Amino acid sequence: MTALVRRESGLDRRSVLVVAALALVTLTLVVLSVGTGDYEMSPGEVLATLAGQGTKAQYLVVMGRLPRVLVAILVGAALALAGAVFQTITRNPLGSPDIIGFTTGSATGGIVTLLLIGSGPGLVSLGALAGGLLTALVVMTLCAPHGLLSSRLVLLGIAISAVLVGVNSYLLVKANLEAASQAVGWLVGDLSGRDWSFFVPLAVAVAVLAPVVFVNGRALRMLEMGDDTATGIGVDVHRVRLTLVLVAVALVAAATAATGPLPFIALAAPQLARRMTRLPGPNLLASAFVGATLVVAADYLGQRLLESSLLPAGVVAAALGGAYLLWLLLRRRA
Amino acid sequence: MGSLVALAAVILLSIGFGSNRLSLGEVLHALFAYDGSYNDVVVRDDRLPRTVLGVLVGMALALAGSLMQAITRNPVAEPGLLGINHGAAVAIVLGSTLFSVTSPGEYVWFAFAGALAGTALVSVIGGTRGATSPLRLVLAGVAIQAVFVGINQGMQMVNTHNLQAMRFWLVGSLVNRSLDQLSVLLPFFVAGVVIAIVLARALNALALGEDTACGLGANPALVRVAGMVAVGLLSASATAACGPIAFVGLMIPHVVRTLIGQDERWVMLISALLGPVLLLGCDVLGRLLGSPGEIQVGVMTDVVGGIAFVIVARRLKAVRR
Repeated sequence: MTALVRRESGLDRRSVLVVAALALVTLTLVVLSVGTGDYEMSPGEVLATLAGQGTKAQYLVVMGRLPRVLVAILVGAALALAGAVFQTITRNPLGSPDIIGFTTGSATGGIVTLLLIGSGPGLVSLGALAGGLLTALVVMTLCAPHGLLSSRLVLLGIAISAVLVGVNSYLLVKANLEAASQAVGWLVGDLSGRDWSFFVPLAVAVAVLAPVVFVNGRALRMLEMGDDTATGIGVDVHRVRLTLVLVAVALVAAATAATGPLPFIALAAPQLARRMTRLPGPNLLASAFVGATLVVAADYLGQRLLESSLLPAGVVAAALGGAYLLWLLLRRRA
Repeated sequence: MGSLVALAAVILLSIGFGSNRLSLGEVLHALFAYDGSYNDVVVRDDRLPRTVLGVLVGMALALAGSLMQAITRNPVAEPGLLGINHGAAVAIVLGSTLFSVTSPGEYVWFAFAGALAGTALVSVIGGTRGATSPLRLVLAGVAIQAVFVGINQGMQMVNTHNLQAMRFWLVGSLVNRSLDQLSVLLPFFVAGVVIAIVLARALNALALGEDTACGLGANPALVRVAGMVAVGLLSASATAACGPIAFVGLMIPHVVRTLIGQDERWVMLISALLGPVLLLGCDVLGRLLGSPGEIQVGVMTDVVGGIAFVIVARRLKAVRR
């Protein structure tokens, strides 16, 4: 009830604080990631360079490292938004694209393209988009008799996901070693070598898709109260749901195309955002910020966790996300 | 009886089919009148070990699945889906990366440790006491598997040489194993089977509920722990032999239960007979569909099993949240 009252009063103070804090954490991580590597720079130097005050060498280093972090931010935000949308539409915290197989589907589409047609961020994106949409279509068709709200959706998604995992490993076996190692590098979810050519298509996709989610944010919140209520308030339930599902799948595909499938971000970010803001509902903005923070942090940790280790962000995300899901399950029993 | 016939038929198919076609007569010749001809060598050294391996692994997986389903009283319990096979796989990848372990005989110790770790994790998280929610158990498996797969992929990235060996192994395949290598795994397999047989009666008692089981003289906690150890032994020997293979342990006992009811002794026996039928069937199918090469059996079981799992998930009456 208090939550509803707070929501009525426009901008919630706690949410604003959470978003501001997350932005600050992300910015700190950005400065740290840009500043560390073979050529070390102090945070002050990084900020000065970003403000246009650095030496030419510093400028080149920063420009070399910046796209990687920016890609991380966008990928995190995109996955988190997609997760928030799906969890709200299915009214199930586990109904997130990575659990119900869409991420694996995007991955399959991506490696099929990578191995059969060719590499290149644009091409792989299209493959990932096709794979993700196709998987979404299959899972939702299978689930249709019971409705999307059934937890059958989760079981069915896991089943389809298992089939696709088999297909993925078959594709790897079929490929030659060079192509296979490229595909594995992509399958694991990695940010190394992400330059402006990755950033630009991703940024365009997010710039087009994210606003659609935010515009439909109010309708999405209404959907959470049930179809009848939402219809009563004047929401075109079917149109909103279809639009949002398509947009969310596209967001997952764009993110997956840029970095490979990063596990658990879409699952965890909206949940964490909800806990932080203590607000019900999709918490779109906070979720996006949590997602961005998580991916930037996973990438930074992967690079710095062990001395000179270069663990891909996907491995860190899998380990942390898996642990988080386990914790969630253990808590739920109590 | 029907299952015995099916088993015999699929064994014959597995020996009879391959990239060079042999007639039934030629196959029988190789088996019973071996004279060292090319065809005989193909059958003896290639198809026979492969078939024996398929029978053992199919039995191990189906038995492990039926044990887990009995212990958790959960229709979706399965060593592949719940991350146990992947636990074994991670341990093997670790072993091959860090200690240059290469043969199934050495694999098996790592596999056993990994499978036990996986079983312990699933037991704790999925909550094996009494009937568990299918969704909860599967999610525990998803989480565990994600962690394991992440570790696997990380190690493959770091070491390309490892990738070359491991991508073939991780897909799950029956190719290129000699009978000598398999004999090392046999004790693990036999130990698992023996524990399963000993437990069968107690599992029947357990199915009647905790209190009744105690009244009948069974110790539920002991039965569960022993059962999970058997699951670990069986999954470890199967995984060490041919990589992580999913869904055999899910499908077979599930089908058997709908066919013959809930008596665990019969479920285990028939599952042990039908597990190889499914595995070898998938293997033969993979050889036919993939010719001139082949589609690895692990891929075939993933596809066939995933589809079966879709059907199971749609039919489950009470999927709790």
